[in-house]
Amino acid sequence: MGARTSARPAPEAILIGGSAGAIEVVSLVLSALPSDFATPIVVVVHMPRQRPSALPGALRGKCRLGMREPLDKEPLAAATVYLAPPDYHLLIDPGPVFALSVDDPVNFSRPSLDVLFQSAADVLGERCAAVLVSGASSDGAQGLLAIQKAGGLVAIQDPDEAAQRAMPEAAVALCPDAPVLSARGISHWVQQAAVWQTSSSQGAR
Amino acid sequence: MAGEFDIELPLLLEAIHLKYSYDFRRYATSSLKRRMEQAMEHFACRSLSALQERVLREPEVMRGLLAHLTVQVSEMFRDPSFYRALREKVVPYLRTYPSLKIWIPGCSTGEEVYSLAILLREEGLLDRTLMYATDINPEALHKAEAGIYALDRIAGFSKAYGEAGGRASLADYFTVGYNAAVFDKSLRQGVLFSDHSLATDSVFAEVQMVSCRNVLIYFDRVLQDRAVALFRDSLCRKGFLGLGSQETLSFSVHAAEFAEFVREEKIYQRP
Repeated sequence: MGARTSARPAPEAILIGGSAGAIEVVSLVLSALPSDFATPIVVVVHMPRQRPSALPGALRGKCRLGMREPLDKEPLAAATVYLAPPDYHLLIDPGPVFALSVDDPVNFSRPSLDVLFQSAADVLGERCAAVLVSGASSDGAQGLLAIQKAGGLVAIQDPDEAAQRAMPEAAVALCPDAPVLSARGISHWVQQAAVWQTSSSQGAR
Repeated sequence: MAGEFDIELPLLLEAIHLKYSYDFRRYATSSLKRRMEQAMEHFACRSLSALQERVLREPEVMRGLLAHLTVQVSEMFRDPSFYRALREKVVPYLRTYPSLKIWIPGCSTGEEVYSLAILLREEGLLDRTLMYATDINPEALHKAEAGIYALDRIAGFSKAYGEAGGRASLADYFTVGYNAAVFDKSLRQGVLFSDHSLATDSVFAEVQMVSCRNVLIYFDRVLQDRAVALFRDSLCRKGFLGLGSQETLSFSVHAAEFAEFVREEKIYQRP
């Protein structure tokens, strides 16, 4: 973990995905972030299909950063947490900007973690970090693998610790060399991304 | 270094445009790629070049690909709060016109068309309304015109209809046959189903409202701007534009040419 080379570019986004039992971990991660945490964070958690979504309410007050559901073509902005809107797939398009679709559910889910992760792998490549936490389906594992193959950073919540182990377990099976972390470990891991950001972004962008 | 897929994709889109005049060159990248990957799998093609070979020589493959690239299945009264806002805030304006024209671009299989028709019927406006329901996919248009939806979708439609402020029961508008809901053909008496492309065609009528929900999300910024210019040019003074809940004119070059009418429902009005 600590032996990452300094040549790695800073991620342009940190993606956090989960399903059942994920809200607690996401809350823990977000609450630990300072208000000047620059890297945009994108959260996809499977929720019941309702509008307005229950997700902002569940996370409100847990986070010092601005938090909102992205609009179509909205550029990813610093110091912002983006929550996937219900009943749409959320994707990253070149820019990077957010894109949405109402294509069929993937892995019975819309939004699907695989859809977000695979588009991020394609558009951001190594400039992307993603973590998969508790959940009861296997959505996200293929996408996490795509990000890893594209050179991005990935991490997985320890299935033994997750409220629901199916999702992290599926990811561990596909990405056996990804770090497997406790919830607190994930919180640290996400903040590491900010260090990469500040140490390598002088003059960039 | 670009991967083969990224090289082949623009070539295929160019080929489709040259051969069939369908223009997907300015569709939003990530969704388009996903759909092309699904199409490759469907047609058992190992590469986009292989798919291109078939698309160019087998028109029926183009027809199948068109379904992969265009059809999105919507629900009736998707986002009930949008329809409630139409009923409560837009209908009072529409009432003042002796006759109404409404354009539904990208109507796909017609769920939104019937939702609007039912709303207008309940507001006493349907008899004086002409609706243009347009799409580039002829098969989707046929389905829209038929107005037949699988029964297992009806419970969801009914719930949304109620939440949207429906005045009766959705069951009043369809009969059940062959395990499907067949919507009352009087709902589409004033609907013109027609081929029209937001990417290549121009304005064809002056209308009081355009409802184009979750269509622009599949376009890139340039094509979105083209489509919004068409909406602007077809809308009369004080005409309305309804978009999907996550769509916005904020990033459009035409943003200043519309006013937000019901901000949270993405309903805009021409000055």
